[in-house]
Amino acid sequence: MDEQYLLEIKNVSKEFFGNRVLKDVNLAVAPGKIHSLVGENGAGKSTLMNILFGMPVIHNTGGFSGEIWFDGKKVDIRSPEDAMNLGIGMVHQEFMLIPGFTITENIKLNREQTKHNLVSRVFGAKMKSLDFKLMRADARAALDVLGLTIDEMLPVAGLPVGYMQLIEIAREIDKRNVRLLVFDEPTAVLTEVEAQTLINAMRMLAEKGVSILFITHRLEEVLEVSEEITVLRDGEVVASLRAADATVERLAELMVGRKVEKVSLGRETQGITGSGRQVILELENLHVRMPGETVRGISMEVYKGEILGIGGLAGQGKLGIANGIMGLYPAEGRVVKEGKVVQMNNPASALANGLGFLSEDRRGVGLLLDQSIEFNIAITAVHCQDKFVKALCGVKLIDTKAITEHARRMIREVDIRCTGPQQLVRRLSGGNQQKVCIARALTLEPDVLFVSEPTRGIDVGAKRIVLELLVRLNRELGMTIVVTSSELAELRAICDRIAIVYRGRLEGILSPDASDREFGLMMTGEKPGRREVS
Amino acid sequence: MKTLVPESVRSKAEASLARFLIRNAVPILFTVLCLVGSYYARLPLKFLLNDIIVRMARNSFLVISLIIPVLAGLGLNFGIVLGAMAGQIAVITVTYWEIGGIAGFLLSMLLALPYAILFGWLTGILFNRAKGKEMIAGLILGFFANGLYQLVFLFLVGTIIPFRNEYMLLSTGIGLRNTVNLKGIHYALDNLLKVGVMGLNIPVATFASIVLLCLAIRFLFKTKLGQEFRSVGQNRYVAEVSGINVDRVRIIAVIFSTVLAAWGQLIFLQNIGTLNTYGSHVQVGTFAVAALLIGGATVSRATVGQALLGTFLFHLLFIISPLAGKNMMGSAQVGEYFRVFVAYGVIGVALALHAWQNITKKS
Repeated sequence: MDEQYLLEIKNVSKEFFGNRVLKDVNLAVAPGKIHSLVGENGAGKSTLMNILFGMPVIHNTGGFSGEIWFDGKKVDIRSPEDAMNLGIGMVHQEFMLIPGFTITENIKLNREQTKHNLVSRVFGAKMKSLDFKLMRADARAALDVLGLTIDEMLPVAGLPVGYMQLIEIAREIDKRNVRLLVFDEPTAVLTEVEAQTLINAMRMLAEKGVSILFITHRLEEVLEVSEEITVLRDGEVVASLRAADATVERLAELMVGRKVEKVSLGRETQGITGSGRQVILELENLHVRMPGETVRGISMEVYKGEILGIGGLAGQGKLGIANGIMGLYPAEGRVVKEGKVVQMNNPASALANGLGFLSEDRRGVGLLLDQSIEFNIAITAVHCQDKFVKALCGVKLIDTKAITEHARRMIREVDIRCTGPQQLVRRLSGGNQQKVCIARALTLEPDVLFVSEPTRGIDVGAKRIVLELLVRLNRELGMTIVVTSSELAELRAICDRIAIVYRGRLEGILSPDASDREFGLMMTGEKPGRREVS
Repeated sequence: MKTLVPESVRSKAEASLARFLIRNAVPILFTVLCLVGSYYARLPLKFLLNDIIVRMARNSFLVISLIIPVLAGLGLNFGIVLGAMAGQIAVITVTYWEIGGIAGFLLSMLLALPYAILFGWLTGILFNRAKGKEMIAGLILGFFANGLYQLVFLFLVGTIIPFRNEYMLLSTGIGLRNTVNLKGIHYALDNLLKVGVMGLNIPVATFASIVLLCLAIRFLFKTKLGQEFRSVGQNRYVAEVSGINVDRVRIIAVIFSTVLAAWGQLIFLQNIGTLNTYGSHVQVGTFAVAALLIGGATVSRATVGQALLGTFLFHLLFIISPLAGKNMMGSAQVGEYFRVFVAYGVIGVALALHAWQNITKKS
């Protein structure tokens, strides 16, 4: 029958403990075509992919109903190995890389080239030696396809995020039998240039006859690259259409299920542009050694009550600034907050001086994933400010009741979608995890809040809510906010001033109303002349 | 990386020196302790060297048997106690059959193999059920296995298990004696090829077997299986997704370790010459773990070099601490106390450090 499809998912439903996450999902991918799957976080995309890959989490929770057909045959995928044997590969949202291994070892993971030796002839294939020469050659070839010139024998640990993603793709390219490749939000963490390289690679693979299932939030990319689009909302397929018939607005509308307007929030300047403005934070010749985001001497001032944006292309050092000030990466220079010097390389000093930080790396340094929401919200305040601590006979005890109460209030205020304060953070979607981070930063009641990539990896609806929340914090609580973001549009929507960083130095500070041309020139280091907003 | 700020080139050199010191703090501390102790012990150098040669030959194998599980992400395998038991079962059998010499020793190695594989397999299954808590599981498993071991050798031997040897059995005819004389295989391996150099007696065959083991481990980690060990050790989830059968690889790692521990215990026993039936195996796990940690290994990283260095330092401390204590404090007990305190302290600190690192860098 349906010979023209490589993969068909028929009437797949899945429940997690009575919670219906997928309902009668149908999806078909033709050979050599790029099929996009879009949907908000929590729409059921990840669960669908887990089913496709036979992940243990599916089978440990009672399996699923429905059928999967591959290459005209009904298949029963019980483990990732089964999926791999069928020729289904995946580029993961979370990096499936082993940091301690070299790029080559990661690309060839569990598919290592081996050669016989004396022992292996007796004890079998497992004892074959690894043939690093062949492995390197294969890795090189796969990297070349992607146009990566990086040394294939470097360890993965410490590489910039964008590289890791591309290495993962190189691994899939290297699988010779691969027939269907799933890209699970591969561009969420990439810069535009990196994303373009990726999209080109996808096109090339499709031309070679590999089918691609592309899961993403970036709707422009969907339209650019795919032929068929399936939209998933709350576990159901709400639309299945050809790319030619779709527009960004329509997709966004289908995805969110409500009309989406461009994020643009009313800006009321609070005397921060006049002469009465107060400097709250002063940076002098800040150097930060953050791999891939080195800062090479930045001096600037942050005014009280403003939202300052820090923009620039990836790798130019914009992320290093907040990380350096907060003492997370080795830094040199002078940071003065309202007359008091903040000690460098000392996160406790930064926190004690009323600086708060929302990291771009939510999962890495931001959150303790295996702890509850309330614990995550309170932990920093307990440690640094002795909040939620009661003394009993001179012994400091954590006041769990107060924490739960506070967490409840925060969950309401920042609108964290969860089952309750005790839920583990790992179970939350990306947007909700970000909100937990915000709640934690708020618990510290900082005067200056650094926010890095607040909308990275979260969906359109949640993005808006996060941005609105930042503006509300600024307007209602008078909090000074420094936002670092790769998305210029986002900065222009909420910031009072935008500093552009180029090659680790401050290129200039622009008003959000400055023209695209001015921004573009500054970000590429071709500014006509420094222009300050006064 | 060229991403450095220029002024910090010097501080980078300082930082790397500091990093070296911090990373090797434990072996450095123990080297200092050993040097100070050696000075105060005032032992003749020849005596000291001979003693350390004996102890290195006796214990290295056991310590090295811990390396594979560490690299496969199982942590320090306290379950090698079961391997030691497997070795002892074999040695008791061989002694009962009265087969001595190198033939008896090799036979005991062969006999220990099925027991060790079985014990390792069972231990591996347990560890898979207790992922992330392998160390405590292994420690308690050792205690539990000790109970079974006592049941077998105190009550079943001579009753259910036909065993007639009045030199080995207790006077009641049931149960093994507390100590069994292993004169048959005493020095079977050590004396196979013994070379005297400047008054030092070197058991060449024993050291050769240790060198062979080191080479085998190095070889193992260059094979497909070794790469699977490392992958699983570095990140279980990624390994699983890549199609590696994680549970199976972990069981294989434990079996390797248990078999090596069984053979290590045989080397230990052929050197000692008597079997303390109910005691020889009890501290095998903790002593080997302490030695490995003193060599600078951690719960997630270990090398053959660290195992050998650790064995050397740990046993040097063994030799010198009573005398050093006596000469410094006037009491050998103080030195003993200090040694035990430090040895177990190292295990405690290493485990605590590991737990702390896990919390801070989790996922």
